[in-house]
Amino acid sequence: MSHIPVLIPTSLLLTALIALLAGLRSPKWGHRVAQTGVTVAFLFALAGLRAVLTGGEEIHYPMGNWLPPIGIEFVLDHLAAYMTSLITFVGVLVMFYAPRSLAFETPGKETFAYPAMVLLIAGLCGMCLTGDAFNLYVFLEIAALSAYALLATGDRGAPVATFRYLLFGAVGGGFYLIGIAYLYFSTGTLNMADLHARLPELVENRAVISAAAFMVIGLGIKMALFPMHFWLPDVYTNAPSAVAGLIAPVMTKVSAYAIVRLFLDVFPPGFFTEALPIASTIGWLSAGGILFGSIMAIAQTDYRRMLAYSSVGQISYVGLGIGLASPIGMIGGLLHIMNHALMKGCLFLVGGAIRYRTGNVRIPAMAGLGKSMPWTMAAFTIGALAMVGIPPTAGFFSKWYLLLGALEAGNWWWFAVIIASSLLTAVYFLRVLETVYREPAEGTTAAARAASTRLPEGEGEPPASMLAPILILAVSILVAGAMNVVIVNELLRRVVAPLAG
Amino acid sequence: MTANFLISGYPYFLITVLMVIGMYGMAMKRNLLKKIVGMTVFQTAIYLLYIQGATKIGATIPVRSAEIGTDAALYINPLPQVIVLTAIVVGVATTGVALSLLLLIQRRFGTLDETAILEELRDPA
Repeated sequence: MSHIPVLIPTSLLLTALIALLAGLRSPKWGHRVAQTGVTVAFLFALAGLRAVLTGGEEIHYPMGNWLPPIGIEFVLDHLAAYMTSLITFVGVLVMFYAPRSLAFETPGKETFAYPAMVLLIAGLCGMCLTGDAFNLYVFLEIAALSAYALLATGDRGAPVATFRYLLFGAVGGGFYLIGIAYLYFSTGTLNMADLHARLPELVENRAVISAAAFMVIGLGIKMALFPMHFWLPDVYTNAPSAVAGLIAPVMTKVSAYAIVRLFLDVFPPGFFTEALPIASTIGWLSAGGILFGSIMAIAQTDYRRMLAYSSVGQISYVGLGIGLASPIGMIGGLLHIMNHALMKGCLFLVGGAIRYRTGNVRIPAMAGLGKSMPWTMAAFTIGALAMVGIPPTAGFFSKWYLLLGALEAGNWWWFAVIIASSLLTAVYFLRVLETVYREPAEGTTAAARAASTRLPEGEGEPPASMLAPILILAVSILVAGAMNVVIVNELLRRVVAPLAG
Repeated sequence: MTANFLISGYPYFLITVLMVIGMYGMAMKRNLLKKIVGMTVFQTAIYLLYIQGATKIGATIPVRSAEIGTDAALYINPLPQVIVLTAIVVGVATTGVALSLLLLIQRRFGTLDETAILEELRDPA
């Protein structure tokens, strides 16, 4: 049981290698290997979740038996188990979805796409599991590099958008690295638990304060915290659907997770709120991001671009949870990581299915799809309602906790922002829903096929391998909503315990 | 006081200047290749920050020898060096990916000028 923390990333890293070798033989085998590997990692993550829930203790794994703080250790605690289960869950579903979608959108590139997707999942899981601040940087770059490679395979503008993302990512990673330098030179350790033990004496130290600022700004760029989000819309708009369905749900969230980890488990209690007003700064920036993202999303005519701007707004909910810096607010933020991952995953995969049948993802072209793709559009409706935050979907509950947190803090501005943003979100999703269900179809798939010879055979619903992940995500949105009390009580209350004390 | 601070801390000022030059290149240069040069300068500044922080005058490589004995002050701390080594590997990989992106952009748009590419993307000729 105690090997689980290390089994999750290593099984994925090994899978990436084998998937590449198998993929060189035939892309089909590459996919099978990748699919199996990610599924195995998902099972490991579930086993880890179960071990943490039943044992109630963190599992520490010293690499090569070098005990910390000398060696690097992997730690599977409640937060890490929560994050890895979520990442690998989305990963498994996208792996099911990918073959048809990739074969249509980026034919001939599947051989390298599968190993890169597995590496991306490995990097993100590694970030969540590591107990070492520098090791986190390495996994961050593993995830980032594989993401650049995947994103660049998209539409015409993809390399340009990805290049800009790469520059921003390099600065973000660099800032994080500078922060580590300051922390290491002032404390002499890189182990998170050891840092947590040594930093309380150094709260007034200027190097430590700069370190916190550098690390948060660096991760803020990676997380697309407003106003450092400029790279995001173009990247998501041009990405292949399967890749967007993997990156949009989890990638920015893991950077947000890293900030939460620094807040709760590295810097001393109260450091982010008292020594340096980092939490409230993140909170106010997020409030701006929520309004900006929601308003910009209304103005878009491209479905994916609308979702991208909506992502800027939604990741800011997590930032708002950090900003509230109270147990209930943080629970809202962390719960929104999961909820938004499920919702955005579902919506981006729906976008891929629409593209598979109509050849594009402009919102006007979605007219009449309610008739020809009823199941896909049912999933879309659930995702859209969850984004607005209508009970009993999952989206309602995270917003509810955030509202309670804002109320408790007496911060009426943030309270108003959350309410206003729900209304704005309703505007842009109801507009799409109206197009889908009320307006007559613009043209048939047959007509679209005549215009573009590349459209795959068949009409109506997408193939089962694409429809099933969409439906599973839609159902999981409802399940996560129904289960939210369990998730909050069993997992998240333990995570935010440092804030309560 | 200020003079002392400047004398003892001058490498850090130079490193900061280098970092700002790198970021200026990334943000302001129109040629995408020059942006990569800026990125490399920025990353090099970070490597230098680690090396400068780990510098110890009068110490030697961290391999234990009988002549020097076990006094840790006489050996250089290997950890920052290892971090820089890892960071350089990451930097090389990033530069490699960036260059291959440029190859793709050059083939697709026939130019590396940012303004021209963005114009072409806005209304494809």
